[in-house]
Amino acid sequence: MQRPEQRDEVEMLALMLLIRRFEERASQQYQAQKIGGFCHLYIGQEAVVTGAVAAVRDDDYIITAYRDHAHALARGTSADACMAELFGKETGCSRGLGGSMHFFDRSRHMYGGHAIVGAHVPLAAGMAFASKYRGEDRVTLCFFGDGAINQGSFHEALNLIALYKLPVVLICENNLFAMGTSVKRSTSLKQIVDRAEGYDIPGEIVDGMNFREVRDKLAEIVNSIRKDPHPAFVEIRTYRYRGHSMSDPASYRTKEELEKYRLDDPITRLRAQLTREGKLTNEQFDQIDKKAKETALASVKFAEKSPELPLEKLYDYTYVNRPSA
Amino acid sequence: MGEEVAEYHGAYKVSQGLLERFGPTRIIDTPISENGFAGLGVGAAMVGLRPIIEFMTFSFSLVAFDQVVNNAPNMFMMSGGQFNVPITFRGPNGPAHQLAATHSHATESLYANAPGLKVCTPATPRDAKGLLKTAVRDDNPVLVLEAELLYSSKGMVEPPDEELLIPLGQADVKREGSDVSIICYAQTVPLALATAAKLEDEDISAEIVDLRSIKPLDEQAIFNSVGKTHRVVIVEQDRPFCGVGAEVCYRIQKNIFDELDAPIIRVSQEDVPMPYNERLEKAVLPNADKLMSAVKKVCYA
Repeated sequence: MQRPEQRDEVEMLALMLLIRRFEERASQQYQAQKIGGFCHLYIGQEAVVTGAVAAVRDDDYIITAYRDHAHALARGTSADACMAELFGKETGCSRGLGGSMHFFDRSRHMYGGHAIVGAHVPLAAGMAFASKYRGEDRVTLCFFGDGAINQGSFHEALNLIALYKLPVVLICENNLFAMGTSVKRSTSLKQIVDRAEGYDIPGEIVDGMNFREVRDKLAEIVNSIRKDPHPAFVEIRTYRYRGHSMSDPASYRTKEELEKYRLDDPITRLRAQLTREGKLTNEQFDQIDKKAKETALASVKFAEKSPELPLEKLYDYTYVNRPSA
Repeated sequence: MGEEVAEYHGAYKVSQGLLERFGPTRIIDTPISENGFAGLGVGAAMVGLRPIIEFMTFSFSLVAFDQVVNNAPNMFMMSGGQFNVPITFRGPNGPAHQLAATHSHATESLYANAPGLKVCTPATPRDAKGLLKTAVRDDNPVLVLEAELLYSSKGMVEPPDEELLIPLGQADVKREGSDVSIICYAQTVPLALATAAKLEDEDISAEIVDLRSIKPLDEQAIFNSVGKTHRVVIVEQDRPFCGVGAEVCYRIQKNIFDELDAPIIRVSQEDVPMPYNERLEKAVLPNADKLMSAVKKVCYA
């Protein structure tokens, strides 16, 4: 197998830590009522997006659902711009107009941040359609949760993607719960990956708590798509430690279940792998974690002192070249 | 892109000849998946293509409502101005002939209600071409609401050596008059013109204002006409409740109330799902008799 563009694993561990510390700060700021609306945290799922971005080029397209803070951070959007977005500030990655569920960063090919479940899967089809139309070898990574797979838009998009042989990796981040409804209560299949079979799209199951497995599996798929455009589906099995959103105490699952996954924590696991191989010392890890905490804290300060979009600009973001009537 | 646009040459033959001319990479048949291919268009537009999505009828666009209303027009705001969506949705809209409730929707007020969308309603071959070209070039999502019953109309389109672009938000006075303004669009334009000819016999001179664009709305053209005639009938293919006519009516009374010599009357559909029965369907739709009597009423004739 062709190895992916090997991004330094210690750097990727640092990214996972940044995501976690950022989300912890976001949680705290939400409780302090500095952040409005809904806020869905990614804690526990870090290896999924980190492994995925490690497997692709910077100009590949990425699109996801509403649990999107990590996807922007993984793409290189600054913690400052992300936290400022949560605070609704003009310095946010969507100028404070999108909020938690609508993070966008055009320069880093991060295409949102979409809050209607499943509605962005057709958009991914269109992005990949455009790449293929232009003869580019770009790949689109489309992330969605296990809740999306029962939406009509998902099914229509999968058929179109397969029919037109579009270069999309459909990444189901299966964290076992669509809000409070377990996959067992929402989905007729024994395993989600079988959805792909119905559309003649090759599918695989990947351990989402293992950074290396996610990266290597996706790199293999992406390299094959670049040579010959086609879709692929991966069910990445993961777990979110927090509730669906900040207002959800997650009483629908047991403490034992949560504890089981915490013991298999993706950050702890990569740390152990690197330590065992002599690539990381405890001191280095502490140093990286300290930096992640500092960056997250600094982003709060940045967001606090950032300005809001002036009221006079309210009408500037409805139409390009705003019409007069 | 749309259902039957390529190899079948369009359900109403609107895309006839395009496959031969542009080939299958640009003229693309889709399965019956309005939500899917409307969303595909939005995604392609986000990364720089300029898709034209055909709905076989806008009644079917309701299946794609989420994409047309929740994705296309919201992206620019949600992304803080990073992503605009230069897409055109087009197809026949409004009641045709005995298609019954599911296939007779006039969707203009639904879509005009969504900030970020533009909506136009051509009534002549020339306007259809000029508005469609403008729609495609617009950097925002635009809906071109055509009319099945007008597909057979014939008329001058454009001289071969001249580019025809009709701006969105520019109404057209299709007939000059002095006694009453009949404000209309789409299928009600030929109805209004025919009624105006009959009104001549009764010595009533009607001015016909074709809105052409529902959003942006050409307020000034409406106000100019009303300033001249002081009497208004709005005839729309739309439903009465929260319809286009209600918006036009509101703007007239708000801005030029003193110009009015009589209350405005709206002639629209009856507020019922469309019946199949031909006689009942006719009773639901605006027609010449309803329009005539509305005009006479505002003229106190």
